[in-house]
Order: sequence, then C-alpha cells, then structure tokens
Amino acid sequence: MLGKLSWDAIPWHEPIPMVTSGVIVLVVLGVLAWIVIGGHLPYLWREWITSVDHKRIGVMYILLALAMLVRGFADAIMMRSQQAVAFGNDGYLPPEHYNQIFSAHGTIMIFFGAMPFVIGLMNFVIPLQLGVRDVAFPTLNSVGFWLTATGALLVNISLVVGEFARTGWLPYPPLSEATYQPGVGVDYYLWAIQISGVGTLLTGVNLVTTILKMRAPGMSYLRMPMFCWTSLASNLLIIAAFPVLTATLAMLTLDRYLGFHFFTNEAGGNMMMFMNLIWAWGHPEVYILVLPAFGVFSEVISTFSSKPLFGYRSMVVATMFICIVSFTVWLHHFFTMGAGPAVNAVFGISTSIIAVGTGVKIYNWLFTMYGGRVRFTTPMLWSLGFMITFVIGGMTGVMLAIPPADFVLHNSMFLVAHFHNVIIGGVLFAAFAGLTYWFPKAFGFTLDEWWGKAAFWFGFIGFYVTFMPLYIAGLLGMTRRLQRYDYEPWHVWMLIAAFGTAILFAGVACQVIQLVVSIRRREQLRDVTGDPWDGRSLEWATASPPPVFNFAVLPNVSADEPYWAIKQHAREQNRLRPEPEYEEIEMPRNSPTGFVCAFFATLMGFALIWHIWWLVALGFVGAYATFVVFAWRDVPEYIIPASEVARLDRENRSARKEALATYTGPM
Amino acid sequence: MTTADIAAPRQDPYHIGHGHGHGSLARGHGEGGPAPKRIIVGYGFWIFLLSDIVMFSAFFAAFAVLQGETAGGPSGKDLFDLRITAIETGCLLISSFMCGMASLAAEARRALWFHAAMAATFVFGAAFIYLEVREFWVLVEQGAGPTRSAFLSAFFTLVGCHGLHVTAGLLWLLTMMAQIFAKGFRPDILRRYLCFSLFWHALDIIWVALFTVVYLMGAGA
Repeated sequence: MLGKLSWDAIPWHEPIPMVTSGVIVLVVLGVLAWIVIGGHLPYLWREWITSVDHKRIGVMYILLALAMLVRGFADAIMMRSQQAVAFGNDGYLPPEHYNQIFSAHGTIMIFFGAMPFVIGLMNFVIPLQLGVRDVAFPTLNSVGFWLTATGALLVNISLVVGEFARTGWLPYPPLSEATYQPGVGVDYYLWAIQISGVGTLLTGVNLVTTILKMRAPGMSYLRMPMFCWTSLASNLLIIAAFPVLTATLAMLTLDRYLGFHFFTNEAGGNMMMFMNLIWAWGHPEVYILVLPAFGVFSEVISTFSSKPLFGYRSMVVATMFICIVSFTVWLHHFFTMGAGPAVNAVFGISTSIIAVGTGVKIYNWLFTMYGGRVRFTTPMLWSLGFMITFVIGGMTGVMLAIPPADFVLHNSMFLVAHFHNVIIGGVLFAAFAGLTYWFPKAFGFTLDEWWGKAAFWFGFIGFYVTFMPLYIAGLLGMTRRLQRYDYEPWHVWMLIAAFGTAILFAGVACQVIQLVVSIRRREQLRDVTGDPWDGRSLEWATASPPPVFNFAVLPNVSADEPYWAIKQHAREQNRLRPEPEYEEIEMPRNSPTGFVCAFFATLMGFALIWHIWWLVALGFVGAYATFVVFAWRDVPEYIIPASEVARLDRENRSARKEALATYTGPM
Repeated sequence: MTTADIAAPRQDPYHIGHGHGHGSLARGHGEGGPAPKRIIVGYGFWIFLLSDIVMFSAFFAAFAVLQGETAGGPSGKDLFDLRITAIETGCLLISSFMCGMASLAAEARRALWFHAAMAATFVFGAAFIYLEVREFWVLVEQGAGPTRSAFLSAFFTLVGCHGLHVTAGLLWLLTMMAQIFAKGFRPDILRRYLCFSLFWHALDIIWVALFTVVYLMGAGA
C-alpha cells in the first residue's frame, strides 16, 4: 500500500535532523496558524498563490530563494564546523550524515537558492524594462514557479522522511546506481530536480518568447536594457541545456528503477557518458546563473554612475559570445578522465577563451564608472565587491583550465574555493545588489542603507576569510568532501575558514535586520515617484509598486535609454509629457492552475520516490485533470476600465510633477 | 482578441524578408510593439519543441555511444525487422497528413470534416503505437529486453521516448477534439490546435531521424 515507506523512514535516533525538522515544522505550523487565525488566507490565496502577475510571481521566487539560501547556509555552517573540529577525530557528524549535508548544500544552493533568485529577478524586471504588461504566458509562469517550489519541498521533506543523496550535488554513477545507493536518497534528488527542471524549462520558453515577441513600440533589440540581453542569453541557455539534464537524469532513473544499463559497471554501460552529458548541461548552467548577474551589475553601475553603460554594443556581443562558447567547454570538468592531450588541449583553450568575454565586460563596467558621478549605495557596493572578487575567481578558473595544472588541483579544496569565488562573488552579490536595487519598485519603499552596507561589509569580508584559506588548503593537497583528516597543516586553514563563516553569519543577520528595520520605517523610506535612484530604463517610468497592468499606456521608445530620454525631456521643458488618452486594459485572470498542478506533482514525486504506484497514477490523473479544467475556462481575461487606469496614472503623474518642480540637479 | 488575428492569411503583416529592427513597423518585430497573440503562442510553442528536440538529441547521443555495447547479446542487425518499421513510418506519415487535413478543415470552420480528419489522425497514430508496443513485446519475449545490454537500454529509451510522445499526443488529440466539439472554433482553442499540429508534425521529424539512425543504419551495420 505505501511502497517502501514505513515508520523506519523517520530518523528517530539522530538528534540533528530530528531537532532541526522539529523546529522547522513548528515554525511552519506557527506561520500557517497565524495566516488562518488572522484571516489572511483568502487574501493570500487571491492575491499571491493564484496570482499570474509576473511581479508577484517574481517576488515569490525570491522569497523561496531566500528561504532556501538560509537552509543551504545552515548546511554550510555544519560543514565548516565539522572540518574545523574533525582533525584527527570524527568530529560531530558521522560520515553518512556529512555526505548528505554536502550533497544537499550543493543541490539546494544551485537549484533552489541561486536559480529561483535569478529567475525571480528576471520575472519581475523583464516585462517592466521592455515596457509591456506581462510575460507571454502568465499562467504558465505560475505553473513554473509552483513546480520549482515542489522540487524545493521534496528536498526538504527528505530531511524528515528517509534520507537525501550521499553522492554530491551531481550524482555520479556508478556510486549513484541502485547497487551502491539502494536507499531513497538519490531518488529524492532525481525527482526533485526533474520536477523543478520542468518548471525552469517552462520559464525559459516563456521569457525568451516575451523578450523576442513582446516589446514596447520602438524598443528594437539594440535599445533593450542590458539586463534584458543577458536574460535573453540566459534563457536561451535554459532552453538548450535543461532538456539535456532531463534526459540524463531520466537515464539514471531508468538504471535505478528498471535495471537499465546506461551507466552501470556491467552489460556495456558507460559511466563517463554521464559525466559528459551532465556537464553538457552543467557548464551552461553556471552561465545561466551568472549572465543575469552581469545584467544586474550593468544596470546598477550605469544608474549609480549616472552615465549610460559604456560599450553597450560590445557588451551585447560579449554576452552572446559567452552564451555560445559556454557549450564548448564542458570537458574541463573532467580533464583527468583521460581523453588524451589533443582533446584536453582543445577544451583548455576554449575555456580560457571564454574569459575574454568576461574581460570585455569588466572593462566596460570600469569605463562606465570613469568620469561618472558615482553614488556608493548598497547595490553599488555589491557591484564593486563583485568586480574585485570575480576577477580573482576568474583567474583561478583560468588556472584550472590548464590541463596539467588541473591534474594537480582536480577535486581539491582549490576547486571548491574557485567555484564559491565565482558563484558567491558573481551570482550572490548580484542577487543582493538586485534585491536592494529593485526592492523599492516591488514594494514602494527603499531598504535601509545602514544595515544594507553592514550586510555588504560582513558578507564581503566574510567571503574572503572563508574561502581564501580553502585555496591554500587545496594547494596543500586537501581534497574536497573530507569528513575527517589527519594531516596537521590543513587544520589551521579550516579554523580560519570556520571563523569566516561566523562573519558571513553576521552578514546574513544584517540582511534580515535590514528587512525588518525597513518594513518598520517604511513611511520614511517611501518611494513616492517610482524613480528612487534616478534610473534610466522603463521600470522606473511607472509607479512603485507598479499597478497590475504596469503601464497605463505602452511607452513609445524613441531613444537608447528609454526612460532617461523621457525624463531629460521633461526636465528641459520643465513639464511632464501631456496626459495620454486612457483606454480600458485587458489583463489575464488569476488561476489556481499552477498551485493545484504542483500539489499533484508533489504527490506524484513523493510516490515515485517511495514506490507508491497507486499514488503516482492519482497524481498524474490529477495534474492532467487540472489542465483540462484550465483549458475549459471561458473567460480568460478581465477588463480594467479606462477611468480606473486614469485614476492610478494621475496619482503617479502628480507625484512626478511635484518631484519635477523641486528638481535642482543638472539638466 | 478578435478572429481577425487568426485568419487574415492573405497579408504579410510580419514583413518576412523585409529586414528587421529600425524602420520595421510590423508588430513583434523591431519597433512595432508586441506581436499578436497567435504569433506569440505559435512562437513560444516552437521554442518548446526545439527544447524537446534537444532532449531527443541527448538520447540520440547516448544511443550512438552505446550502439556497439551489446554485452554478447543481440545487435540491431539480429533484431530489427525493417518491414514493420516501414509500416510504422507509413502510419505516422498518413497520420500527419490527416492532421494537415484537420488544419484545413479548421481554417474553413467545417466541424464535421475536422472531426473526421482528427479521428483518422488518431487511428493511424494508435496503429503506430500498437506496432511499436508489439515490437517491444516480441523483443522482450526473445530475452532482448532493455536490461539485456547497454545497447538495448539505449534503444528502448530512445524509441520508447518517441512512443511516449506519440501517446501523449493521442491524449492531447482527444482533448482537442472534445474542446472543439464543446466550444467550437474559438480563437484561443484554435491557437491551441495550432500547437497540437506543430507537435504532431515535429514528432514526424524526430521519427525520420530515428528511422534512419536506429533502424536503417542499425539493420545495415
């Protein structure tokens, strides 16, 4: 009846997972109780859970990402502290638990921390920057989000029910085959990633269609803000790379569930094919994450230097160059496979060449600041911190791209330090820069600067204190994923890294305090005009938070920096553009399709993990029925009357008029 | 949303071949503003199909790598019966042709013809699935199931993945017929039908590659 599931699946005798999950369950129940008793449920259901508004979905993506970043950071604290104490002894984490922690840390941070954060930013910003009302497929957008949430939920259920994979964040066979991992850990990984991967793919399709087919009148490709360009590249990569992940994990699933021989030791299976396939997705994946990050920095640096982005066209070329070349470097993840010097040399060279595109970008950002009036706000600090940190990470990457050096550094702590250097220094710094930069657009008030800067400095310094020692430990020969070690020279570096983690913890605390303080002080921090940073692209042309339809009238783009041109014109003329003729607006109706579909997907995923076949069938039929019901709806849209559009827009116009009257800056 | 977005086949609102970007006033290109819904839906679905083809390419790659890994078991030469595969191919092509007929009927708003053509599409699609399942069954009976060797694992997965797509397509086809039956030729339903027909024809493209790489080359090797 319940397949492999029984009471033994719950780790009653292991205090760490039991206490942690106990606390999490209590917190979740507490929040649920507060929502239900406080009567917030109808509001939450109507305005958020069933929302198909790209702005709401973007915000929910980022909330999911923040929660998962905290979860992943908890794993990180456990790993750093384990390695700090496990010199010559077993530390406090037994090997089978430690292995689950580093696997869960990587999986959660990439798939449920970084990815939702980046996708959330793209979701929120792209339609606003393009000057349109929503993404191409609003309901599909909601489905994509909720499927991602399903994946995150499944990974977190594994904490209480059963176990997680002990294979690392990429389940290399033959270790991940049923022979060596008979438990449900790898199955949790497989189904969580498959389900959220479908969500990611749908989002990729959605955003590419949005960027290529839905732009405001006059917005030609070369007038798109840089964030839209890098997002386009990133989503093209999603479309081309995620299906490979789906296929690869499907093959591993068939091996595990039905005894196929794709990657097994016997009957002709080829495990190195898994490495090739998974990295054919995995390397583009790092650019899926970092390209939108480059876009964020481009927007932030240009805005806070009060200058147009330097070398816009070369930036576009560099972005698309990285987009294409990222598919030709995957073999550098396993130079030691022994493909031979010719193959290794080709991939070593292509890997080094991809750094050229990034180099172009770095110089463009520097020249954007040169001669500008730079304002050192929190997003700008994250951007400056990124430029320094990412250059270091990029250079150690080029070191790893040299095959002979890689034979020494492969699988060492040097590698661990390198990819944290680029992912934290690139993606995470961008996430926080983007969060602070676009927060006022989403919620109508800015974030507290003092706590934001404190979070930056703790995060920036904490990063260096944590990860620079790992480079050294790697050069001293320390391999990654050690649960214990007996070699004395590594110990001191592990202690320093643990201290660095404490500094990072202070940074996380500041980030949380910043949110709380800002919410309490929101009246002082209110963004009245919708343009708190003196911005240059179209998202700043509408109110904060924007009305559901984003723009009362689709903006007519007539210059390279659409909003800047409008604003300069207004400043020179000392008056706003004449009031447009308002018309009624059709908007898509909210739909519970995404949520219901994800509910069934969760059932189905859980049932597949535990071999509860009747529940699999039920989940599938439920998800299919949900789509049929959705397809049967008769009224997909509702109408916002012209008077309501006019009322909302006039409010914003009067605020802008007032700001214009008191404007004293340069023309 | 009006029906004008669906029909209007005689003009060329997209200025195909007339250059993009500056100066182009067509909607969805360059400076013309957002494209009409039908274009957005069709375009988005094409992109999805491309991603589906990328997924197949991974299975093709796995098949190419593992083709020779028979582990002492049968190879393609011992197993494939090209006559059955030829009939399968015929079924799929006729099914696709019938799907094209249904599109014409939908454009002419002829419900009866539409349903007849869709029913024929279904019958030939189902015949394809029947032949494929039978082929798989015979192989498993002979002891040449997917667990026998890496070659057979890759074969069953690649061909089976296409078969699963066709099966899902059949389910979609029935849902599509029910929608047209219940709601008529509504613009949103016609857009959905456009996606279905794209899907159905794309499966043919994949089958052509499959037929060539797996069966023709496999039986000859």
